[in-house]
Amino acid sequence: MTGSFLNAAFFDQAVLGITPVLLAALAGTLSERVGLFNIALEGQMLVGAFAAVAGSHFTGSLADGVIAAVVASTLFSALLAFGSAILRGNDIVIGISLNLLAAGLTSFLLRSLFGVSGTFSDSTMAALPRLHIPILAQLPVVGRALGQQNALVYLSWALVILAAIFLRRTPWGLRIRGIGEQFDAAVTLGAKATRYRILVTLVGGALCGLAGLQLSLGSLTLFSENMTAGRGWIAVAAVMLGRARPLAVAAACILFGMSDALGLRLQGEGLPNQITDSAPYVVTLLALVIAGLRERIDAARVVI
Amino acid sequence: MSLSAEVALTHITRRAISLVPLLSAVILGFGVCGLIAKAVGLSPLLMLTELIKGAVEGPQIFETIARAVPLTGMALAAAIPLRAGIVNLGADGQMVLGGCAAAIIALYLPAPDIVRMLAALLIGAGIGGAYAALAAAGEIFANVPLLLSTWLLSYPAKGLCGWLVRSPLRDPITAWPSTYRIPPGVRLAHLVPGTPINQGFLLIALAAVLIVFLDRRSSVGYELRLRGLNERFARYGGVALNRQTTWLMFVSGALAGLVGAIMILGSQFRFTDGALTAPQYTWSGVLAALLAGGEPLGTVIAAVLFAALQTGGFAMERSVEIPRVLTMVLESIIILFLSMRGAIWRRGR
Repeated sequence: MTGSFLNAAFFDQAVLGITPVLLAALAGTLSERVGLFNIALEGQMLVGAFAAVAGSHFTGSLADGVIAAVVASTLFSALLAFGSAILRGNDIVIGISLNLLAAGLTSFLLRSLFGVSGTFSDSTMAALPRLHIPILAQLPVVGRALGQQNALVYLSWALVILAAIFLRRTPWGLRIRGIGEQFDAAVTLGAKATRYRILVTLVGGALCGLAGLQLSLGSLTLFSENMTAGRGWIAVAAVMLGRARPLAVAAACILFGMSDALGLRLQGEGLPNQITDSAPYVVTLLALVIAGLRERIDAARVVI
Repeated sequence: MSLSAEVALTHITRRAISLVPLLSAVILGFGVCGLIAKAVGLSPLLMLTELIKGAVEGPQIFETIARAVPLTGMALAAAIPLRAGIVNLGADGQMVLGGCAAAIIALYLPAPDIVRMLAALLIGAGIGGAYAALAAAGEIFANVPLLLSTWLLSYPAKGLCGWLVRSPLRDPITAWPSTYRIPPGVRLAHLVPGTPINQGFLLIALAAVLIVFLDRRSSVGYELRLRGLNERFARYGGVALNRQTTWLMFVSGALAGLVGAIMILGSQFRFTDGALTAPQYTWSGVLAALLAGGEPLGTVIAAVLFAALQTGGFAMERSVEIPRVLTMVLESIIILFLSMRGAIWRRGR
């Protein structure tokens, strides 16, 4: 069974699909926990993806591309921090305008800096190198998927665990949760709400930068307009599905990555790609519906 | 000074003062875009003059009006839910479904031309509305937030139509996947000969008047505004929130679907994959609605201004080679500044 349909390429594709969403969803998780609704993940990722390509193209160094991605999306998230955490504007409106700003700005820069519209690719640019983890890489079928990914993939797994520990077991995590759940009480007890919100938003920006980096330089070396293609929104959905608990959010992201890879796999079987490309969005919607219905049923039980 | 004059003066100054954040956001937006243009080696002054000239000079004004028709439609589609504090981010998908359905009806319905045209418009709007109402059902029955479901639903809609024009409906002689051209009798006629303005203008103008009237003078509009101001109070006051959500999403989606149908029957004449979404009317529309906080008349004014900006953008790109997407940057910066100031949808947290 694993021989033909769920082959090594499928799992490799799934892990590649999971990573950017997972990194963005971690940013969303932290924001949610500190009481901010971050729907600008999409835009921040896009800025990161563009900056990664621009940085590595103009300097010729992959490391500079990495730095550019993180710095650019962190700076971009400073706009969110300023509007949402400091001035307390409506985070939905700010999020929408930031996403559109990112889309417009990256297409503008694509045209004016690279002189192309649509897609820019540069074959001389290096993608993040794949590592070779001794034991994992030798596993059958999933060997390539688990043991031969780039450093960012492993970093994202580590960050999930770190985020879980950070939120659960550290005083800073406690304060962050306090600000998100009981704002007035937390502030009364001396938590610096605004400061925490700014920091969390900026860290989220850096995480989205890494997510964008994985998209544009993770396995391919190109930037195309709106290449995030709704992944930031799927990350928002994953945060909801996992109720902003890092491990549960990661599980939701795995679901997305699997459906993404499944779509590609079905395309290989001859289904038209316009239909299979919709798979991750439909699966995300179904997951939200099922989770919502279960919530309703549970709520009804309590009443009875 | 008489009392009434004094009252009138205070009224006018208050109105004027309320425009200060808006004007400063616009000026800041132009400033930032000028800086961006300068940073990549383009002239900000040239950008501004070409933008304005391109929007209103000579026959360009007709171009602006033609562009304002779909943009106003999409802006109103965003404004109706926004009035009640709901965001519809899926108008792209609703518009594409409406346009695709209209093209199919216009090509294949066995009926006289005029019937086909009316059916195409009605069914295009109906399908867009039904698709948006589906998202409303998701929120009512399964707590799936509209913000997410509308956005996510637009992908399968675009995918389905993209597949339809590639396989069963494909006109094999076109380079880009599209349907056959719809016959001349089914098309919307031009209102002013020699300009791109067609009967779609009347449809959208009628919709705009109707929406402004309903918003200001009817109980439906009152309940909508009430919810936008305070949802809990609206619920307490007896507004049937679920029914309202369904209807307002239906109307919003129907407007988007109608815009799709108008663009197919009025200017594109065939459904081409990606052609409806390429001008980004949906997003300019969302931004225009946000600019006006969902108030219908303000939304229409903002949409017309954004249409002028886009037309100017095209001219700017043609004459001085500044990418027109800069106008999208400008629009989002204006909304960003306003929302940061809390001028849009102030909501304490």
